[in-house]
Formats: sequence, C-alpha cells, structure tokens
Amino acid sequence: MDKLREKAAALLADGTVTMVLGYEEGTNKPRPVFCHTAEQASKLVYSSQCINNLAVYLTKKDIMGAGKVAVIATIPTLRSILQLSVENQLNEDNLVVITVTDKDEVKQFANFAEIEAYIADFELKLEGKEQEIINKLEGMSREERFKFWMEEMSHCFKCYACRAACPLCYCTKCIVEENRPQWINPWASPLANMEWQINRAMHMAGRCTGCGACGDACPVGIPIHLLTRKMIEDLAPEFGFTPGQPSKNGNALSTWKADDKENFIR
Amino acid sequence: MTIDKITNEAPGVRTFKLKFQNEEEANAFNFKAGQFGEYSAFGEGESTFCIASSPTRKGYIECTFRETGKVTSGLANLEEGNTMGFRGPFGNTFPMDEWKGKSLVFIAGGIALPPMRCVIQNALDLRENFKDITIVYGAKSVNDLVYKDELKEWADRPDVNLVTTVDPGGETPDWKGEIGFVPSVVEKTAPSPENTIAIVCGPPIMIKFTFPVLEKLGFKDDQIYTTLENRMKCGVGKCGRCNVGKLYVCKDGPVFSKEQLNNIPAEEY
Amino acid sequence: METKYISKNGLNEWFSQIVKSGKRVYAPVEERGKVEFKKVQALSEVAEEYIQTTQSIKSAVFPRAEVLFSYEKENGKVKVEDFNPDAVKETVLWKVHPCDAAGFKPLTAIFNWDYTDKLYNAHLEKTTLVTFSCAKADKSCFCTSVNGGPGNTTGSDVLLTMLPDGGAIVEILTPKGEALVQLAASAFENDKGEDKSKYLADVPQAFDIEEVRARLATAFDSSVWKEQSERCLGCGACAFVCPTCACFDIQEDAHGSKGKRIRCWDSCGFSLFTLHTSGHNPRAVQSQRWRQRILHKFSYMPDRLSVFGCTGCGRCSRACPVDMNILEHITSIAKK
Repeated sequence: MDKLREKAAALLADGTVTMVLGYEEGTNKPRPVFCHTAEQASKLVYSSQCINNLAVYLTKKDIMGAGKVAVIATIPTLRSILQLSVENQLNEDNLVVITVTDKDEVKQFANFAEIEAYIADFELKLEGKEQEIINKLEGMSREERFKFWMEEMSHCFKCYACRAACPLCYCTKCIVEENRPQWINPWASPLANMEWQINRAMHMAGRCTGCGACGDACPVGIPIHLLTRKMIEDLAPEFGFTPGQPSKNGNALSTWKADDKENFIR
Repeated sequence: MTIDKITNEAPGVRTFKLKFQNEEEANAFNFKAGQFGEYSAFGEGESTFCIASSPTRKGYIECTFRETGKVTSGLANLEEGNTMGFRGPFGNTFPMDEWKGKSLVFIAGGIALPPMRCVIQNALDLRENFKDITIVYGAKSVNDLVYKDELKEWADRPDVNLVTTVDPGGETPDWKGEIGFVPSVVEKTAPSPENTIAIVCGPPIMIKFTFPVLEKLGFKDDQIYTTLENRMKCGVGKCGRCNVGKLYVCKDGPVFSKEQLNNIPAEEY
Repeated sequence: METKYISKNGLNEWFSQIVKSGKRVYAPVEERGKVEFKKVQALSEVAEEYIQTTQSIKSAVFPRAEVLFSYEKENGKVKVEDFNPDAVKETVLWKVHPCDAAGFKPLTAIFNWDYTDKLYNAHLEKTTLVTFSCAKADKSCFCTSVNGGPGNTTGSDVLLTMLPDGGAIVEILTPKGEALVQLAASAFENDKGEDKSKYLADVPQAFDIEEVRARLATAFDSSVWKEQSERCLGCGACAFVCPTCACFDIQEDAHGSKGKRIRCWDSCGFSLFTLHTSGHNPRAVQSQRWRQRILHKFSYMPDRLSVFGCTGCGRCSRACPVDMNILEHITSIAKK
C-alpha cells in the first residue's frame, strides 16, 4: 500500500499527472477516489475488495480534464481500458496505467500493448454461485429462461445504475433517451424493463469485458451481469475472440466486412 | 380542444386557434396574460407553450409553436377540426394592473414573440391604460418573423411605435425595417426609462445582451420583466423539473422581474 | 392517542384478521438476498433479522409507473378515461420503520402544496401504516439528525415497539389506526406501563440539521459540490430508493389510436432532467445535479414546504454503487 501511495504522490508532485484515480476506504468497502494533490494520495488503498470499475470515469471529459491522468487499475479495469482503446475512446498519451501485482508490486505499464500481454495470463471465469446460476440457466428451456428473466425484471425500476457503472456505456445519448421513435419505453414495468436489458445485452455483445460492475451496481440485486456475461461465452466461438481479451476484429453488432457470410440471406 | 384555425407563421412555426369542446369548461375558463398551458398531442405527449392570445379576447385561446421534437411534430400533423388536449392555465401573470399609467417597451426575438403577444394584445385592447407603447421585435430573417399580419396592424397604429429588425444577412431587397441584432436596435431606439416598464423575451443570448443595454438606458431592475423558459412538465409544481432554488418556474413564474432574477443563481435557468 | 399491549398470540390473531378483512398487506420479505416490501398473507412470511429494506414503500402511494388517464382517438376526436380513485384498494403497510412513516410527510407536502394531486391522495386515503420501532440500526442510519428517531410516531397510524416476550407496546395514533385495531379488538390488552425508550436502537446524532440548513443557504457557489460528486455516476438509484423523492416524468404509452398517459419516477440526478428543447442544459455537469439534490432536500424544501426532504433512513447510501454516503457528505458540510 505504501509503495502505491508513494508512486501516486510522486506522479502528482512532479506534475507528470494532474490527477490519480484510485480507491479509498468507503463505508463498507473501498470506493473510487480522485487525488489531485500529493497529500491526497495517502488515502489510496488496494485490495480484492476494490470492485468498482474505474474505467467508467475515463470517458467522462468533465472529470478527466485536459491533462494527463493516472489510473490504478484492477484486472477488470485493465480489460475495460483495452476494450475502450480498441474502440478509440482513450488517448494512450494522456493516460498512465498502474496496477498492483499478486506479489504486491506496483507496476506501471509503458503502453497498452504491455497491458494486453499482462492480462493474457488472467483467465476470465465466473466463480461459485454465479456459475451455478449460469449452469441452471443453460439447463432451462427457452420458455423457462424467459420466465426467469421476466421475474428478475419485475424488480428493476429503471434507475440505470447498470448503465452508469458500465465503462462501455459511454454513449452521450443513450438509446432510451431517444424518443423519435421511442425505441424503449422509459417507465418501469416487466416488459419495458426487459426491452431495456435485452437492448443493453445486444449493445454489449462482443464488447463486454465481464467485469460485473453492472450486477454489482444494481440496487435491487438483479444479476444483470450474467446476461451480458453469457453473451461473451455464446459469441466468442462465433465471432472469433477470446473472453477477456479486447475484440480486435470489431464489435459483433457494429462491424461488417466484405467477406461476411451471406448464405443465410434468401 | 378543437383546432379552429391553423396559421403558418414562418418555416416550421404554426399558430393554433383553439376552442373548448365543452361549453361549461369554456365558460369557466379564465386566464391572465403571461400564463401558459400544457398542450397534448394524443399519442405523442404534452408540450409547454404560453397562451399567446389575450384574455380580453373571449371564446378562444391561441398557441404558437415551432416544430422541433416528438410532441410538436405530432401537433404539426393535426388539421383544423381535430382534437388536441389542453391543461391550464398555469403560472403567474404579468402584473398589468401595476403598470396602469406607465409606458411599455416590449422587446422580443424570433419565436419568443408568442409569450409576449398575449400581453401586447392585452395592452392594446386596454390602450387607454398605458402611455407610450414601443415594440422592438427581431428575427433571423424576414421569413422567420412571426405574426406577420399582426405586425402590419401594429405598424399601422399611430399609438404604437413598432420597430422590426432582422439579423444582418436576413433582409430581403424590399425590407424597410432595421437590420441588426435586437440588443443594438434597442440601444438605437433608446426608449426612455421614465415611468416605463420593459418586457424582454428571447433566446438566452439575446437577453444576456439586452439587459446591459437597458441598464445603460437607465432602467432599474424592478422596471424590467421577462418570462423564463425552463423545462416544465406537470405545470403544477410537482414533478420537480423547473425547481430553481426554492422557486418553481411553473408556479412562481414564468414571469419574473429582473429584481427577482437577481436572487436566483443565473446558471440555473 | 391510546397505548395498549399486545401479546405474541395477539399479534398473530390481529394479523390474520387484517388479512381476512380483504385489505392488501405489504410487509418486508426476504427474497433473492434482499429484504423488500411484498404482498403477504401470513405473519410467517415477514422478515425478522434485518436493518432496513432496500426500497422504500413510497410505491404504495406513488407507484413507479401509474396511468394518469387513457384515451382513444377516432375520426379526429378523442375520448378520455380519467383515473378512478374508487378503484384504489385498501392497503396496510406492515412493519415499516419510523423513518419510512416520516417520509410520508414530505411526500404529502409535495403532492398537496397549492394543487392537490388526486392520485396520490386517493392512494394515501386507503393506506394504513403499522410502524415498528427500531431495536437496531447500522452506520448508514441517521434519523436522529433529521428530526426523527427509532421510536418516533410521525406519519404512523399505529406504532408497535417489540418487547422481549414477543409481544409489543401498541400506540394507536389515528382514527385509521383505531379502525385497524378494531378488526381484532380482543387481541389487545391494557397498557402494561413498559417504557418504550428501553427497547429502541441507539442512533447518535451526527449533525444539527438547522445548522446545516443555515450553511447551505450561502453554499451555492462552494467547491464542495464538485469535491463530493466526483465519483457520482449519475444513475437514479438514490432517488428511487428514497422514501421522499417524488420527481416524476410524464410519458405516453401509445398503441395506434389508443394509449395511456403515464407518470413514472424520474431523478434530478439524470443528465436530461433539466434539458431545454433549445439544447441548453442549466445543470449540464454532475456537480450541479448533486448540488440540486442536497439543496433541494435540506434547504429549498424546508424554505418552501416547511419540511425536510430526508428522514435519515440511509437507503441512498446503501444503494449507491460508489458509496455516496449522504450522512458523510452532510456531516462534512456541517463541520466546514
């Protein structure tokens, strides 16, 4: 922890960065913190309890400002940074990326290619209860699965915490905010909620990095990350990418290549 | 309400003349200049517009709007004889009783003439209550001026000083009015602040530059009135959208004097 | 106002009589790892060991989506069918906490100042609140700092304080409460003279709300808003779980020639809340929206409606994905 704080303080003190984005102690678990001065760097902590995905702030221009910023990234955050980079949302020159290794060493990445090499060693996989739910879902019929998610959706009240916490939901005008036409009804009802979540899963298809921030953010406990997570598993073999690695071949929904198969068009 | 008459004022801008379908409601309805309503296009939603006609003219109300989004496009698709909805009147009013005996200067830009037209018509209908009446109205181009027929009426009246202007580049070859932005035309017209009230309505940028001109001409803050255009939905102080400080624009406004505006953080409206 | 005693068996009897009467009963139920209000039929369904439900019970009087009226278009004419207050069912809210009951005060103030809201009042009229005092609190609770308390009676029709013997002290506070008690009058015994305060949670006061209000009156341009809101993600979680937040949107559910006008929850924290048609947005950045939330609850509402917009339930802090802890934020403003 001390080495991390020293590193952050040094970056701020010598003016390399105008801000260090990391974690501080929160009420029940660590929460995001923005350090603007070397003194503030003493608040920084790092542990397995650091769950928020800080990459969500990297696309917020009024928070990031114009200068260079350092971010203390966990593995999920690193994955999101790479995906954002592939989608041209980050300027590599304005970002200093730091992580803390398994051996408690502070590691500063020289460039995004180094990050990619680093995370290749970390397999993206679900643990315990969540894998159980996925297994249960895979054993269900289509009707049973729809019933399961409609029951979950009846609890959703359209707070959009899932969208707000997701680093890849950076659209300045979200599809729910479009009213000509009103693609998705904005109020909370099981069907309107289902419309929203299906849409989000589709927009995340091939892009989601499986960080689970959406499910963690949901105040009413809907395991919404499993929906987008399952998309990763289903799409990976079809669209040729490895779960947890950035989709270099383009996003499943928004990429077209001249040699795409057309044999299903009649 | 039934749409009695549709007038095309300018590209994308229409005026609807509306009559109540229910006679009881028509008789019970009463409003004062400055108030607004929530107009429904069934199937699209509601939109907030001022009531653009004067309460001195009975039997109908008018609203003028520009086709901009979902609801206004829905309204624009309606025809004479169709039904649309109306909730109102909401908001506070121009304190016309307080202004008796004073001179009035109306300053408006573009689509902001409708909120003023109610009070202009009201003042003209009670002409003997006021001394001098000056109207300075400007739009981007000649085509964008609204209420073209009425402007002619006002220009022809000897008891009204109407000054119309268009932005530089917006004039036509036969344009006889002023050319220039509204704030500079106001400065040129130089209405006297002596026992006068100035009512200003326009896009934020026009208001920003008009207030200093009025100040320079000697108008005090309690002599200047405007009507704010915050986002409003319910119109009755409940939905929270128009809450600015402890005020609700839909209830405490939309008419405010500059003196009152000085107590509201400028960035909030 | 009358105080009685009810035994454990008496409680069971009273509850089943309430259910038998046909009233809908909503009570905290543990499900999916959370405790939320749900319709119940038996006392055994009601959750026991928890501090607070995730969502408030304001949806009983202010549903998350509600039909204002429905319409049908034909040949250029429109037929409108208004909200029917008689269709509202009798409801009992069982085991709400004093901070939830207190939340009805600002809600009623918002929906009744000047124009009275027909729908809210129709729901409220048919709703009876049976509140349970709090024996436990957690570090997100701060009712005592906002004119509340773990055994307060504001907003309740009946207040029960549980006793070690499984029974409870019963404070019957309103005619509605009395009518509910009458459903099983024999289940209630004479007051045993127990002192309620012995069984209440300890919630130390963290700040003086009038002092906070005074400071906020001059805090509009303070840098504190940007400092506090840097990590805020701009979702609606805090507003939606809050028992007093009542901002709403009006939307159209149109299907060809028929449709409904719907009122649904909204939040001043969303970026589009104050957006003008012209594209101008008075609150374009999150720090401005965070400022609005705090000033509205702790400064504008007491000034305008004579009631604070916060009951110290702590739900917003618990629900927030990035730990925007309102107790922490207000305390820091009080200490500045």
